[in-house]
Amino acid sequence: MKYLDEFRDPKLAQGLVKYIRQRAVVPSTVMEFCGGHTHAILRHGIRQLLSGSVTLLSGPGCPVCVTAAADLDRAIALARVPGLILATFGDMLRVPGSYGSLREAKAEGADVRMVYSTQDALALARDNPNHPVVFLGVGFETTAPTVAASLLQAEREGIPNYYVQSLHKLTPPAMRAILDGGEVALSGIIGPGHVTTIIGSRSWEFLPQEYGIACSVAGFEPLDILRAVALLVDMITEECPSVANAYPRSVTQEGNRAAQEIMDRVFEVGPAEWRGLGILPDSGLGLRAEFQHRDVLCAFPVDVGPSREPPGCRCGDVLRGVLSPTECPLFGGACTPAAPKGPCMVSAEGACAAYFRYGDYSDGK
Amino acid sequence: MCLAVPTLVTSIDGSMARIEVGGVEREISIVLTPEAKVGDYVLIHTGYAIGVLAPEEAEESLRLLRELEEAAELEEARAQAELRHDEVDERGLETT
Amino acid sequence: MGNERIRLAHGSGGRLSHDLIEQVFAPRFSNAILDRMDDAAVLEITGYRPEDRPEGFTSDSQLPTSGLPGKLAFTTDSYVVSPTTFPGGDIGKLAVCGTVNDLAMGGARPLYLSAGFIIEEGLPMDELEGIVDSMARTAKQAHVAIVTGDTKVVGRGQADRVFINTAGVGIVPPEVTVSGRNARPGDIVLVSGTLGDHGMAILTQREGLQFTSPLASDCAPLNGLVEAIFASLRSTGDGCCEADVHCLRDPTRGGLVTAIKELALASEVGVELDESSIPIGDAVRAACELLGLDPLYVANEGKLIALVAPGVAQRVLAAMRRHPYGGDAAAIGEVTSGRAGQVVIRTELGAKRIANMLTGEQLPRIC
Repeated sequence: MKYLDEFRDPKLAQGLVKYIRQRAVVPSTVMEFCGGHTHAILRHGIRQLLSGSVTLLSGPGCPVCVTAAADLDRAIALARVPGLILATFGDMLRVPGSYGSLREAKAEGADVRMVYSTQDALALARDNPNHPVVFLGVGFETTAPTVAASLLQAEREGIPNYYVQSLHKLTPPAMRAILDGGEVALSGIIGPGHVTTIIGSRSWEFLPQEYGIACSVAGFEPLDILRAVALLVDMITEECPSVANAYPRSVTQEGNRAAQEIMDRVFEVGPAEWRGLGILPDSGLGLRAEFQHRDVLCAFPVDVGPSREPPGCRCGDVLRGVLSPTECPLFGGACTPAAPKGPCMVSAEGACAAYFRYGDYSDGK
Repeated sequence: MCLAVPTLVTSIDGSMARIEVGGVEREISIVLTPEAKVGDYVLIHTGYAIGVLAPEEAEESLRLLRELEEAAELEEARAQAELRHDEVDERGLETT
Repeated sequence: MGNERIRLAHGSGGRLSHDLIEQVFAPRFSNAILDRMDDAAVLEITGYRPEDRPEGFTSDSQLPTSGLPGKLAFTTDSYVVSPTTFPGGDIGKLAVCGTVNDLAMGGARPLYLSAGFIIEEGLPMDELEGIVDSMARTAKQAHVAIVTGDTKVVGRGQADRVFINTAGVGIVPPEVTVSGRNARPGDIVLVSGTLGDHGMAILTQREGLQFTSPLASDCAPLNGLVEAIFASLRSTGDGCCEADVHCLRDPTRGGLVTAIKELALASEVGVELDESSIPIGDAVRAACELLGLDPLYVANEGKLIALVAPGVAQRVLAAMRRHPYGGDAAAIGEVTSGRAGQVVIRTELGAKRIANMLTGEQLPRIC
């Protein structure tokens, strides 16, 4: 597969690992912000290859994991509205809310459909004109433009029964919150390559400028991640932090203008509740006033009981990089992929799920 | 986050395009990448193209990585030679 | 029976039931035993060791003792796949292959199958006929006879179109000793072809996930391939024999990793797999990338894994490759004396990582 296979070349990977080992004079700690990076790092064994030279910490870049329980509870309540069809990406189906998951609601009769794209959700709305079709909008800046585009398309084509529950969030505020929290000492950050394809690498300038931390924007193949770490090691060794673009075939300074404009037309920035980080100002995307008729909670206000975290769940600490998954007392015992307590274990991108899957564990042991 | 896969644009019809990867094809939206042309490679995320890949940048990246690999090999060889040289020195000192 | 549909009365035992059997099942499955239309199929089992006796038997005289020694293999499985037809197969083909393959993985030569149908009221008759045709064709190809069966009809919504159960019997020759517990350190892990074809073919047909693709289920009866493997080791005169095949398993639900893990646990050995040796087709790889799935956990219905003594690995591999269902066979790893039940994968980068069983099915993801 073009543009994938070449960036998995084992020989070049070995070369990069040697380079990093040679140049990492002092061991450093670096955070991979994005769940997709955690997954790729564990899957290819990169953590192992770099151990001793660079320590990699997982960050909160898993939009499923940072969805607040109250928001998920509302989505489940919506799915239970008679006649309403809730369309969602597969990632959200098994996440436990305060009173169960979307999948459990489906088993009890709620109309929940898994879709690959908002295009499919629009098709559902067209095919079911007498049913409200709600798209559960979860995801960062990579996904938000696709949801915005679907909404504009619904307007253009006159599909009145298509709604969105926007739980979209912005990544730079989360990064700030982690650094402001002061709980982890980082020398560098591996930046999210696909988010940055949309928002542009200049969005990360605040990291070296305000925090003195190096940032290297990385793609998701092994060579991309290793190259990003090599660039970080160089910047850390030379004490010269800046934003490096280690994914230039996709990332530019300005990002994707068309996508940014579409996002801006449909969404406005406001406060959002992040699991593990609390309410962060200017970190979430809500529908603008002129699109309120597409906002499902305006059309179908739902009451949910008080939201609650499962007792003993430490997802918040894991998301902030303060606790490694294996350090959580519930990990592998009370909390496993078969019976997850929190989103970090059930989401494919969650740090706990990745550690469990690629580590030496089995359910019940 | 954000699974996005490089795919080839094989045809365009307004704001929709047909893409192909490994023999698998699908209709996707190019509303976020209106500049995409047939023959371009685009990154697909949830049924939308989110960016057009720059082939010259990909080439340049691979070229840099090959250089880096050679430099690392040379450095490793140099470091090993130095180590052997030191060992010889030590043995020399011991016998005198 | 044209464009009729199945009605509750077709399952009630009366005229319509009789007609259904006479017109749909009997002609397609026809064989000497089935044609007798007795309540039970009476079979001559020529191969049963006297010392193997079920609970409650006290004397040898109650067991057939004539014929060649060997063991009886018996298995059952139910099939509920939706949609009932998919590229490369249908629920009927799956029902025959699945049970034939379970017998073959036990080292048995499959002989006889039963077929039980639970049909949803309203199923179009020609859909049922198509499924039954497919089962008849597959049974013929696998040299097995469907000798007894049953049909029930349930109300609309109580079954998803049709559910099929097949049970099967076969004979395991005494020189064949495959078992999940037989793997030994040093054994070579062989796989008969590309992985992930069936699961991805089904998944990409589902509502909301449609791709146009050359993906097709690999559904196939593997008893011929297993015969070819044993034949390559028989009477070779160089000390190799059928008992050098230690384990056979078909990686169905849960894919390659689940099957290997089960063998590793049962045999209390470790296994190390070489990721770059594992054959995966381009379309499967692409579809998995697009949906965020790992092909090593995707179901297969026409592939087998063989754990064999190192001395016979090349010969068995060559025999598989000569067979129509083993063209892409490959050696993908070895059994180690590592931690019992631990499966390690050497990644393309040369690092090692642990492979665990997944809990629940893989779901497509966007992150």
